[in-house]
Amino acid sequence: MPTYDAVNIGDEIPSITKTPGRFQLVQYAAGSGDFNPLHYDADFPQAKAIGDNIVHGRMKYASIGQVASDWLAHTGTIRAISCQYRGMDLQGMTFICRGVVKDKRIEDGAKIVELELWTEAANGQKTTPGSAIVVLNS
Amino acid sequence: MKTCCRNWSWPKESVRIRWSSSTPSKEGTMAESFEITDAMRSAIGVEGPQWPVEFTTTGIRGFARGVGYTDPVYFDVEAAKAAGYASLPAPPTYGGIPVFIPGKSDNTYGAPVAGNVRVEHGLKNLLDGGTEYNYLRIPVAGETLMQSSKIADLEVKTTKSLGTMLLVTSEATFVDSTGAIVMTTRGQAIFY
Repeated sequence: MPTYDAVNIGDEIPSITKTPGRFQLVQYAAGSGDFNPLHYDADFPQAKAIGDNIVHGRMKYASIGQVASDWLAHTGTIRAISCQYRGMDLQGMTFICRGVVKDKRIEDGAKIVELELWTEAANGQKTTPGSAIVVLNS
Repeated sequence: MKTCCRNWSWPKESVRIRWSSSTPSKEGTMAESFEITDAMRSAIGVEGPQWPVEFTTTGIRGFARGVGYTDPVYFDVEAAKAAGYASLPAPPTYGGIPVFIPGKSDNTYGAPVAGNVRVEHGLKNLLDGGTEYNYLRIPVAGETLMQSSKIADLEVKTTKSLGTMLLVTSEATFVDSTGAIVMTTRGQAIFY
């Protein structure tokens, strides 16, 4: 579990590797309430035009949130988290959710750590670059 | 249902602002040129009505399962309490589930449409551009927050891969039963 003194700028935090197929994306659709057929219906015109169903951008956003959450293990709180959707990940393809410590500082007594977070496709492209501001308890 | 506002009722019809010079896109073809009209610009900044968004144990488990969490804090109420939460906490980026009312909610995304200003652009395809959540505290299961949204910006862009696109940036505010802001979100939708 991370503590402010032990965290160093440049530290990599544990990554999570995912290969969500249509089954997982249907589960995400149900959990999120986003039933856009682009993510699970192979016959959906937009999916045909793209070449396959694509992973929900918001699922990748949630997954970089999971990287932060798993690292924090509830010994701190996420104050802000954001991302941009720069590239599509096709269903059934593997991507890695990664994070690195960008900054740490004390603000009004709060132990702030800034994380750079992203999903990385097999070709190395950061398809979902993002960042988070977290506050550590200790 | 617990809400923060007295005399709250389900919003009525949405206000629709048509994209007067739009060229409806057909499947597999790119949209041509169009521009943002003054009528569309008038939609920017108009705060929509409040709408209840539920955070439940079942909803949080479903989201955590869909994302692929194994952390018991998002599934087991006892584990959540041991970690210091009143009940299951909302996982990062979970915005709860807006109460679904047929005819007042979007059947694909579940988001409320009644009462909100909508820009009718005729573009069929949608992609997400980016999302941002800012938390003042973490919502927990058992809460109903009231969400209101507005369009923050409209922009037209052209790319080689998608043709002409309409970028709609929206902002939402979630308040609890005391009226305190719990979180704010910002997102960009790309229509093409």
